Amino acid sequence: MKRVLVAVKRVIDYNARIRVKADKSGVETSNVKMSMNPFCEIAVEEALRLKGNKLAEEVVAVSLGPKACQDQIRTAMAMGADRGIHVLTDTELQPLAVAKLLAKIAERESPDMFLLGKQAIDDDCNQTGQMLAALLSWPQATFASKVELEAGERKAVVTREVDGGLETLRLRLPAVVTTDLRLNEPRYATLPNIMKAKKKPIDQLTPEELGVDVAPRLQTVKVEEPPKRKGGIIVHSVEELVDKLRNEAKVL
Amino acid sequence: VTTLVVAEHKGDKLGADALSAINAAKCLGGDISILLAGEGVLPIAQHASTVPGVGKVLTADDAVLGKGTAESLAALLVAVQRRRQYTHIAAPSSSFGRNLLPRAAALLDVQPASDVTEVIDADTFVRPIYAGNAMQTIRFPAEGPRLFTVRTSAFPSETAEASTSAEIEAVSQEELAAAKGVDTGSEWVGQDVSTSERPELGSAKVVISGGRALKSAENFQMLYDLADQLGGAVGASRAAVDAGFCPNDMQVGQTGKVVAPDLYIAVGVSGAIQHLAGMKDSKCIVAINTDPDCPIFQVADYGLVMDLFEAIPSLGKEIQKHAK
Repeated sequence: MKRVLVAVKRVIDYNARIRVKADKSGVETSNVKMSMNPFCEIAVEEALRLKGNKLAEEVVAVSLGPKACQDQIRTAMAMGADRGIHVLTDTELQPLAVAKLLAKIAERESPDMFLLGKQAIDDDCNQTGQMLAALLSWPQATFASKVELEAGERKAVVTREVDGGLETLRLRLPAVVTTDLRLNEPRYATLPNIMKAKKKPIDQLTPEELGVDVAPRLQTVKVEEPPKRKGGIIVHSVEELVDKLRNEAKVL
Repeated sequence: VTTLVVAEHKGDKLGADALSAINAAKCLGGDISILLAGEGVLPIAQHASTVPGVGKVLTADDAVLGKGTAESLAALLVAVQRRRQYTHIAAPSSSFGRNLLPRAAALLDVQPASDVTEVIDADTFVRPIYAGNAMQTIRFPAEGPRLFTVRTSAFPSETAEASTSAEIEAVSQEELAAAKGVDTGSEWVGQDVSTSERPELGSAKVVISGGRALKSAENFQMLYDLADQLGGAVGASRAAVDAGFCPNDMQVGQTGKVVAPDLYIAVGVSGAIQHLAGMKDSKCIVAINTDPDCPIFQVADYGLVMDLFEAIPSLGKEIQKHAK
C-alpha cells in the first residue's frame, strides 16, 4: 500500500477523574490531563506495523479540533507517523462532521486504508469509522483484532470481535478499519523520536477550506453525574453472604 | 411517531437484544415495525409478529443479505427509510447494531445517538459518556429521522406473547434491489463463534465474572459450575481475557459487553474503571477478593474478603444446602 491514514483524537486521559461541570453544560476539561484516545493509539501502532513490514510506504496522522490537537499529531509522529494533517476548528465536532472532514481528506490523499479507533473514550459514540466508510462508499471492518494484507490482491483480511466471538472479512482496498483492544500493544515514543517528530510537517486546514458544515446536529441539553450506588457492606463468611443474598437482597 | 426497529437475524427467534430495543421503542409511543434481513427469515419474522406492540414485520429475504454485512444492510435500510419515512430508527447496541446503524445514518445525513439508556420524549434521550462516569441528555433537531442504538441492559427484554399476530410484509423489489445492487467490496470469510448451553451473557439474570486471580482457564470451571447451579452466565474481566483464560466474547466492560443482571458476582476481579462501566448497573453486586482495598468493593453491595479458591466451592455447597 502506498499510504495509510490514521485518525487520532485528543481526549481526557483515561486515568483522569471525570468531573461534571456545576452548570451541567458538560465535563470539565480545563486543567485536566489530555492524551491520545487509547483506541487511536492502537490504530497508529497498526499503521506503523504495516509500514514496518513493508506493506505500507507512508503513514499520515490526522486530527481535528482546536490547536492543541497538534500535541496528539506530534505523539503519532513520535511513534513513527511520517507527517500530520490538522483541521483547525473550535466548534464541537460530532461524529458525522468528523466523518465528513475525514472523507474530504481521504479524497485529497487517496489512502489505501483509513485506520481509526473503534470509539473515543470521551463521547463513547462508536460511529465515526462506519460513517466515514459510508461517505466514501468503501467497505468497512469494525472492531478489528487482526489485520492482514493480501498485497498482490489489494485486499485486507480482517478479524473482528463480535458479540458471539470472532468474524473474518476480506475487504477490497481502499477500506476503513476500526481497531479493538486486542489488535496490538502500542509502542512508546523514544526521546530521539520525540525530537525527530518536531521536525515532521503538519499541514493545517479548516472545515471551510474542505467545504464541510461542521455545526453540531445533536443538542446537549445537560450532562449530569450518574446515580451513585449506595455503599455496601463487608460480610465475613460464605454463610453470611448466602444468608444476605437469600433474605435481604432476595436474589437467590 | 413511527419507529422501525432493526433486528439481527440469528436463529429462529428474536434475541433478547432486539426485544430490549422494541421495549425502548415502546417508550416513544406510536407504531413499531421490525425489519428483518437475511436468508430464510420467515421463522424469525413469525416470532417477531407475535411480540406485543409490533404493528408490522418487514422482511428482506435474499442470499446477498445472508451474512449481515454492513454495506448491504445499510443500503437496504436507507432504501426502506426513503420509501417509508419513519420518524425513528432504532437498533440494539450490539456489535450488529453498532456496525450497521452509523453507516446507514451517514447515508441519510443524520447524526445518530449511541447507547441510549433512557427515552425522555420522542426527541430527547439520555446516554452514558466517559464509560458511564457522566450521563448526557441530548436532543435531536426538529427535522427527522432520529436514529439511535439502544443499550440493551437498560431496557427489559421480557415480553408476553401477543394474542394476535402482526402483518408480515416483504420489502418491495426496489428496496431489495438497492441492497443487492451495492458493490460492497466486502466478502464474508468465516466466523469462530462460541456456543454455550448457558444463558446469553447480555440477558442472564445471574452473571459470575472471573478476573486474573483465577490464574488459569481450567480454574474458570469453578465459575461455570456455580453458574450452572444458579442458571447464570459466566463473564470475565479484560485481564482474564488478555491472559487467555477465556474468549473475547466473555469480556464484561466498557469495550466488552454491558450487563445489568439481578445478581453479579465478581470473583478475583479488581474493578478497573473499564470493567465497572460494564456491570455497575447490576441490581445486586457481590465481590469476592483477597485484597480489601481493590475498587470493586466500592461498588459491591456485599463484599467478601476471602481467597476465591476457598470461597467459590464453599459458596456452591452453601447454596446447594438451601436449595434442598
